[in-house]
Amino acid sequence: MLGEGMMKGLAETGKNFLGSFVSAERMTTVQYPEERIAPIENTRDFPFLVYDGADDASDEAKLAGLRCVACQICEKECPPKCIYIVKSTDKKPDFVGKPQIYPARFDIDISVCMSCQICVEVCPFEAIKMDTEFELSTTDRFGGLLLDREQLSKSNGHYRAIHPTEAAEVDARLAEEKVKAEAKARAAAEAAAAKAGAAAAAPKPVAAPAAAAKEPSV
Amino acid sequence: MSTAIKSYLPPVIEPDGDGSLLEVAMGPHHPSTHGVFRMDVALDGERVIRLKPVFGYLHRNHEKIGEKSSYLASMPYTDRLDYFCSLTNNWAYALAVEKLAGLEVPERAQYIRVITAELTRIQNHASSIGFLMQEMGASGTPLMYAFREREKILDLFEELTGSRMMCNYMRFGGCRVELPKGWLEGVAKVVAGLPGFIDEVEALLSGNEILMARTQGMGVLPAELAVNAGVTGPMLRASGVNYDLRKVDHYGIYDRFKFRVPLGDHGDIFDRYMIRILEMRESVRILEQAVKDIPAGPIMDPKSKIRGFRPKPGEAYGRIEAPKGELGFYLISDGSPNPYRYRVRPPSLINLTVLEDMSLGHNVADVILIFGSVDIVLGEVDR
Repeated sequence: MLGEGMMKGLAETGKNFLGSFVSAERMTTVQYPEERIAPIENTRDFPFLVYDGADDASDEAKLAGLRCVACQICEKECPPKCIYIVKSTDKKPDFVGKPQIYPARFDIDISVCMSCQICVEVCPFEAIKMDTEFELSTTDRFGGLLLDREQLSKSNGHYRAIHPTEAAEVDARLAEEKVKAEAKARAAAEAAAAKAGAAAAAPKPVAAPAAAAKEPSV
Repeated sequence: MSTAIKSYLPPVIEPDGDGSLLEVAMGPHHPSTHGVFRMDVALDGERVIRLKPVFGYLHRNHEKIGEKSSYLASMPYTDRLDYFCSLTNNWAYALAVEKLAGLEVPERAQYIRVITAELTRIQNHASSIGFLMQEMGASGTPLMYAFREREKILDLFEELTGSRMMCNYMRFGGCRVELPKGWLEGVAKVVAGLPGFIDEVEALLSGNEILMARTQGMGVLPAELAVNAGVTGPMLRASGVNYDLRKVDHYGIYDRFKFRVPLGDHGDIFDRYMIRILEMRESVRILEQAVKDIPAGPIMDPKSKIRGFRPKPGEAYGRIEAPKGELGFYLISDGSPNPYRYRVRPPSLINLTVLEDMSLGHNVADVILIFGSVDIVLGEVDR
C-alpha cells in the first residue's frame, strides 16, 4: 500500500514523542546555562601551570611553588607554537629544594592553542596540566586570550579537584621522587660528615654509611 | 595522443530548446553543502548540463605543516582532516609511522584501536545518513535521532581521550592512555543499544516512499567508473565492487573478527544509504567481539619514545578503511625529526571527483542529494 512506509516512520516518531513523557532516557536535551551535565573526568581544554601551595596564595607564593623550570621543551614541541617562555636569570628552589631557574615569562595564547595536550605529555616535571574550564569568552580577543604566568598558575589542589585519578598518580610519583632526593641529600651529607671525620681516622668506612642510607629509597 | 593515456571526459549532454544555459554558482555557502564548497553548474531549465566542483576554501596547508613539524606534532593536526572521524585519522597516521619506524603495537592497543575505529564508523555513518535526510527535506528528525546516538559515542570518546572530536589519542606503537575504569562496560552498554537505534532508523526511513522515489536510480555510479576514478569506501561498495581494506589488507587485527562486507547492486543513492546502514550493523558485530576478547597487557611498544623520535631514512604508506574510504598517509623520512614528505590520500576528495558524472542530466534539486550521498567532510577535501 502506498504510504505504508511513511505511516511506519510516523509511528516511530510518535513513539519517541510519547515516550519522552514517561522515560527520562528519551529526554536527551539539557537546558544548558541553567542545567549542566556532570563533567567527565578526563576532559581537557587549555593548559595551566601547577604550583604547590594554597588555592588563594599570593603571586609571590604562587611563583615560589611553581613546578615549571623553564626547560622550554613544551615550547619546542607545541604543534601550533602558542607557548612563549623567557627563562629567569636567577634561581629558586624547586619542590625538593634544588635551585632551578624558573619562567620569568610564560605566555599561552589560547586563541591559537588546539588543546592537544602534547605539552602535558612531554613535560618531565609534571608542571603543565590540562584545565577543564570552557566558558572563557572575552570582549578583548587579543589580550584577553593571551594568558600570562599569573593567570596560568593554578594550585595542585585545583588539579586534584578536576582530575582526581591522574593527580593521585602524579602526587605519588612526586612524593617518591622527593623521598629519593631527600635520601640522596642525607646520604651526601652523611658522606661529607664521614669524610670530614675520616680525615683523621681510617678511610675505609666512607662507602658503608652512604650505601646504607641509599638502600631504603630504591 | 596515445590511447593509453587518453584522458577521461564526462558525457556531454545537449541542451534542449535554443541552447541558452543558466550558470549558477551553488555555494560556497549554500545551506545544504557540508562546508565551504562551490559547485558551478550550468542548467538547461532544471537539468544539469555541466557541473564543476570548486574546492580549496578550507585549505590550510596541512601537508606542509606536517613536513615542518615533528612526527608527534602532526598527530593533533590529523584530527582536523576529517573532523568527524579523528580516531581513524589518528590510526592511519600512526600506522604509517609505525611502518616507517618498525614499531610493534601491543595486543591490547590493537583491540582499543579497533573498538574506537568501529565506534567512529558508526557515528560517522549515522550522522551522514542524518545529513542526507536533512538535504532531502526531512529537516531535523533523522539528524536528531542520529545525533542522539552520536552523543553517547562522543561521551565515550571524551571519557577515554579527553576530547569529543579532536581526540589525538593514538601514538606511534600504541595508545596514549590506559582505558579509564568502567569504560569497556560503558562501550558494551552503548553497543547493546545500537541495534535498537539502527532498527529505529530503518523503521523511520528505509520503507519511506518519498525516500525511495527520490533516491532509487538517482546518481548512479557504474562499477567500472568507480574503480577507474579510485573511489573507495561505501561509495565503491554500493556500486557492487567488493573492496574493503579491512578484508584486503587485514591491517591491525581485523582478520580475527567475523564480519561481512555489504555490497550494493545499483550504485545509486539508495544503495549508498543502505550500505551505510548495513555497515553499522557489521560494526556492531565487530564491537561485540572486540569488547569480549580484549586482553590485559601493555598499551605501548617499549621501543617507542615521545621525545627525540627520529625514524631511519625510508618511506612508508599506511592505509586503513576509514568510514569514508581508503585513508592513506605517505611518509618519506630522511632521518631528521620531521618527515621529508608528508602526503595524505583523502577519501573525501577522491570520491568527490565523480560528482559531475553522477549529476549530469539530473534535476538541480537532486544534485544536492547526490552530493550528500558522497559523504564528504571539507576539512579532508581541502586539507
